[in-house]
Amino acid sequence: MKFVDDYRDPTRLKIQLAELRKLITRRWVIMDVCGGQTHGLLRHGLEQALEDVLDLVHGPGCPVCVTPAEAIDDAVELAKRPEVIMTSFGDMLRVPGRQGSLLQARARGSDIRIVYSPADAVQLAVKESEMQVVFFAVGFESTAPSTALAVLQARQLGLTNFSLLANHVRVEPAMRAVMQLPENRIQGMLAAGHVCTVTGFAHYSAFVDQFQVPVVVTGFEPMDLLAGLTRCVQLLESGEPQLFNEYSRSVRSEGNKHAQRLIEDVYCVATVPWRGFREIIDGGLVMRPELRDFDARNRFGLAASLLSSDGDCRSGDVMTGRIKPIECPLFGNTCTPDNPVGAPMVSSEGSCSAYYRYARPIEVRT
Amino acid sequence: MSDINQQNDGPGCPILSEVDGERITLAYGEGGRLSRQLIGERILTRFANDQLNELGDAALLTSNTRRLAFSTDGYTVTPLFFPGGDIGKLAVFGTTNDLAVSGAIPRWLSLSLIIEEGLPWSVLDRVLDSIQHASAIANATIVTGDTKVVPYGAADKLFITTSGVGEVLEPAPPGARSLQPDDVLIVSGPIGSHGAAILCAREKFDFDPLPASDCASLSQPLISLYSAGLTPRAVRDATRGGVAAVLHEWADASGLTCVINESAIPVADCVRGICELLGLDPLHFANEGTFVLSTRPELVESTLDLLREHRATHQAAVIGWVKPRRNSPVLVVRGIGREVVLDEPSGAPLPRIC
Repeated sequence: MKFVDDYRDPTRLKIQLAELRKLITRRWVIMDVCGGQTHGLLRHGLEQALEDVLDLVHGPGCPVCVTPAEAIDDAVELAKRPEVIMTSFGDMLRVPGRQGSLLQARARGSDIRIVYSPADAVQLAVKESEMQVVFFAVGFESTAPSTALAVLQARQLGLTNFSLLANHVRVEPAMRAVMQLPENRIQGMLAAGHVCTVTGFAHYSAFVDQFQVPVVVTGFEPMDLLAGLTRCVQLLESGEPQLFNEYSRSVRSEGNKHAQRLIEDVYCVATVPWRGFREIIDGGLVMRPELRDFDARNRFGLAASLLSSDGDCRSGDVMTGRIKPIECPLFGNTCTPDNPVGAPMVSSEGSCSAYYRYARPIEVRT
Repeated sequence: MSDINQQNDGPGCPILSEVDGERITLAYGEGGRLSRQLIGERILTRFANDQLNELGDAALLTSNTRRLAFSTDGYTVTPLFFPGGDIGKLAVFGTTNDLAVSGAIPRWLSLSLIIEEGLPWSVLDRVLDSIQHASAIANATIVTGDTKVVPYGAADKLFITTSGVGEVLEPAPPGARSLQPDDVLIVSGPIGSHGAAILCAREKFDFDPLPASDCASLSQPLISLYSAGLTPRAVRDATRGGVAAVLHEWADASGLTCVINESAIPVADCVRGICELLGLDPLHFANEGTFVLSTRPELVESTLDLLREHRATHQAAVIGWVKPRRNSPVLVVRGIGREVVLDEPSGAPLPRIC
């Protein structure tokens, strides 16, 4: 387990943590954009070890969490059709739409299956030639190449029974939307390392110039997270809003050109609804018109749905960094991982779930 | 069987058409001649003993102990065969382990088979061979049983229920309510292997090396603990929900907090790797040959020494302590020494999206 243990060595972590604390002269507000980073910070106790000196805010980088309830309703509705096998990643099955979750739909008899790769859904379509296999695709630019590849494979195989219910989103427009909120407090950002592996990070120069905040490309292991935070604090302390790559073992400036081409071949950029933001300009990817035969919305004639309110759930405020999960009145009361109200409580990457698991204040039983 | 096959190829006869040399048909569950044939040729040949041979409606048992332990469990695992085990081995060790962790020496088992029509005879034979082998290891006798064949689609190939009776070696572990602050928590071996093995087998993941289930009998190491006067306060085999579920149950029952140290928990590298890739926690994965025990601090060294003499428990390790109730029922110390809440598992572990 070399590539895990090297980045979790307690001695090195403690030294790095002490160095970081020495640098800090102000309580900076730093957003970790990606849900994987939120989990890393909380699971390994880093956030708890820094909470007295830094204000760490968790961003909208959990693809399951930002998928609107309406998209889940579409998936549940499609899955009711007797000819449809709905497939998706495990996490997605628990997220409640307005008609319940896909797991609940499965209990009512819909054929819904977990796959570990979109390519598995294509194989299923080959095997189940009498059925219509739909892959419910969510995720940022890190996941989109694999779903794009699945569509291209299906086309190459001449499949007429495979389609994608695509809800891919883009991370940089969401970071822009956060910075443009009237009550924005964010002073520095940790950019999502995995997404940058695909997209590269050169495009963040314009972001840094426009908003004058440091952006540090950061990984997910404890040492990576501390390195990202340390660099971000250094840049804040020296008043240098710069772009820096602290995840160079995975991320190159230009990214993965092959993966980018796959995305461009299958998707085009569009303004789409996001949980918590209503919609984000250029915040999503929709399937290219020439691939409409593989677009489940086209194949099954789904109408575009309008966003509804999230009720008392404040997941939107959580995902935009306006409040911490524990400040939501539903947190831990009516909203728990067993009975989630908002998506961030459902997904194991969601920040409400991370707080519930790792940082929940619990009544002391006497 | 070849005679029957030849007759079956002929036209017309409704009874013979229900006989298939390769696969089990509904006729074998109807209670007549074919049912008796199944029991005679496949069950009695493997499990013959004075009780079973009677083919009575109930086994009559004689015990010399005042208290008996009685447990039952249903086994529905898919796939039926997986690295490290199969449904038969699981059905024997699952129930005998439940008896052993309760302080009893497993003695008698019932065996109930619910077979889906169409199951190949060769598959049933392999499972029955495995049950025979496992019950010999666990030193438990199958004294009564039942077979049913259900229509295609009404079950998933083969379901097994075993019930077991064991003789209690006094004093039995008093259980989770008796836990005291400063008790030591010990795990009997690397955790999460069964859950990881089943996940890989079910999803056809091609990891190298593939994890193998820890499915094993825990009777011998536990009986030797009890016999040596090292009876723990509580023992549980960490099956569904894994070690995390056991610790949560104990914390609830005792009103105390279990604190474990992540770096002390034995986990096979391949299991850790799978968990890292899928975003899952080995503490939430099922085990089928691994237990958690809580014992007094002064018994820890002798307990570990004794467990390490047995193959199934030779990697036993201290993983944590029982403490007065803190802000959470179960805490895990990770990396930099911070105590982090350990969540109680809920539902099956679902892999993360990216």
